[in-house]
Amino acid sequence: MALSLPGLPALADVPVRIRSGSAEGTATTVGAAIAALCLTWLLYEQVLPFSGALGFWLFWYALFLVMYAALAVLQWDRLEAVSRVTSVAFATAGALAIAIVVATAGYALARGWQAVEHVSFITTTMQFAGPLSPLAQGGVLQAVVGSIEQLGLATAFSLPLGIAAALFLAEIGGPLARPVRTIVEAMTALPDLIAGMFVYSLFILSLGFAQSGIMAAIAISVNMIPIIARASEVVIRLVPGTLREASYALGSSQWRTIWNVVLPTARSGLVTAVVLAMARGIGETAPVLFTAGFTKDLNLNPFSGPQINLPLYIWNYVHIEGEVAADFARGFGAAFVLVILVLILFTTARVIGGSAPGQLSKRQQRKLSKEGQRR
Amino acid sequence: MSAAATGVSAVLTHDDAPRPIYYRPSSSDRIFRGLLRGAGISVLVITGAILLFLILQSLPAWRAEGFRILTTAALLYGSKDFGVAALLPDSIAIAVIALAIAVPAGLAAAIYISEYAPPGMRRVLIAVIDLLAAVPSIVFALWGFEFLMPRVLGTDSWLAQHLGFIPIFHFRLPYTEQNFVGSTFIAGIVVAMMVMPIIISLCRQVFSQAPQGEREAAYALGATRWGMVRTVVLPFGRSGIIGSAMLGMGRALGETVAVSFILVPNSTFNYHVLESGGNSITDEIATHVFDFGSDGISYLFAAGLVLFAMTLIINSLAAIVINRSRSGASTGAD
Repeated sequence: MALSLPGLPALADVPVRIRSGSAEGTATTVGAAIAALCLTWLLYEQVLPFSGALGFWLFWYALFLVMYAALAVLQWDRLEAVSRVTSVAFATAGALAIAIVVATAGYALARGWQAVEHVSFITTTMQFAGPLSPLAQGGVLQAVVGSIEQLGLATAFSLPLGIAAALFLAEIGGPLARPVRTIVEAMTALPDLIAGMFVYSLFILSLGFAQSGIMAAIAISVNMIPIIARASEVVIRLVPGTLREASYALGSSQWRTIWNVVLPTARSGLVTAVVLAMARGIGETAPVLFTAGFTKDLNLNPFSGPQINLPLYIWNYVHIEGEVAADFARGFGAAFVLVILVLILFTTARVIGGSAPGQLSKRQQRKLSKEGQRR
Repeated sequence: MSAAATGVSAVLTHDDAPRPIYYRPSSSDRIFRGLLRGAGISVLVITGAILLFLILQSLPAWRAEGFRILTTAALLYGSKDFGVAALLPDSIAIAVIALAIAVPAGLAAAIYISEYAPPGMRRVLIAVIDLLAAVPSIVFALWGFEFLMPRVLGTDSWLAQHLGFIPIFHFRLPYTEQNFVGSTFIAGIVVAMMVMPIIISLCRQVFSQAPQGEREAAYALGATRWGMVRTVVLPFGRSGIIGSAMLGMGRALGETVAVSFILVPNSTFNYHVLESGGNSITDEIATHVFDFGSDGISYLFAAGLVLFAMTLIINSLAAIVINRSRSGASTGAD
């Protein structure tokens, strides 16, 4: 309410901000963390016969919880202390998730820089480079091209099928929907390797095709379809039923309603689902092991001849060869490029998916108001 | 309505039934519905085709060995002495180690995200979990092999020295670095990180559906935040937790690349998980698929079939458990 007393400025109607932390709460956490760090250094490094970085931090974490519990019992009653200790434990689990992402992606970026700082690493292939060539010679061009072409083909296969399956689950339903939904969910966590074995046995062993980019794309799309279908179904279900009913009330048929109302309303969420699935698809290694084939040369045609991609490049240079330092450096260089591509796809998905179904972006609002003025 | 016209008698005769509705879709609708239904069925067809072709390719192996493939613990290709019993226990051991780490950690992170985190932090964490799911498995493999493994060895040797009385941590080899490298235990740790996003995102969704009324009731009775989580959120999400752990199990069993990078190959199952050496169905297939010609490959497909059947059953059960835990609104009341 806007109270205006004489002599005072009008109070705006802003809600009172409830602070979630308190000074003594923060001080307790920080104090326990520092005390545990010092004690861990003393015990772990100096007194006890332990070694290894992982052990150090596990030891620190256990000590930290004990210290925090002791400090909490000193200040608060038992119930409050238990609640505080559990909330700190849960918060550290959240921090652990962030730490894992930063550690894995960051490590690939940091180690990969050694190779990527040579510009030729991105712009040349391994055609004229052997294992003992310096890093300034040879690169990942053929793998980048392969990854992008295979991902494009895989998306072309899995996008229509995945979204159509999601529409079936969300808009049509019926007795068939239950087994389809169960299988879709089971397939999202299916071993990636199985998709590669399937394509290998069906297309390569039974039908006699050779290993090529399109075989890899089919294998990747087997893994992408369930991911797209599952995420899209959730998004389509968020479209308000009133919009559908309004469309039906105006006399439109079901396919008109889905095509002109449901899909455009859910557009941003659908794009997010597809781009996230692409981010997963570009990093798939196991499905392409048997299907893409290996080559050191640039192959622009995904329909004939072996076509390598980034994960396979890493697999080959680090796991199969992995003899000299340059192999590892090239592998990490490819991981650098792969992580960057995944991050680009992921950020795109986040930016597009920021809005809820039906919520218009600034650009769409401008377009609508311009059309409104014209009439 | 006749009820209004005839008054009380209509209530007694119960003629207030809804009129039957006939719905005749137009031909374009019928085609459209057929297309969508076809897309739905195609998912079933793909799964069926995977099963069919794994069976077809592995027929020679089943013919030669019969069901002894399931019980033989040796990996001699084409010599009537091959079975997944040498591979499956290690696959399961890796998955169990991974779950033993990922379930508690993932559960705690999910509780933090859905119950404790301030809104801004929650958005960041949800994005981070999605990103964690999108980090390629080969990047995890590189990280686990080059970064994590050297840093785990000290903990390994501590476990062997002080918890060696527990059979699985018993260590029979000399305590050198070489004997700790590439163990089932280290592979399990790396796979745990890859399973975590599945567990976190599923548990988070289930927890956030815990009814608001019961939460407020718990607070009104004087519960602390933890008391509310323990008495309302966790019991409500129990089947979701079980389902997500099962889905994580399926994912862990099927992990290929990270396991291949870490493990030092070994042809027999060794339940001393800290000792160097191990194998898994996925690693065996990925490493040897081009090695043994058409005879050997049918054995690998037999192993793949066992893996596929196992994960499909585990994942389907998990999907059923999870769907049962959700309210009808989110999955449709069909």
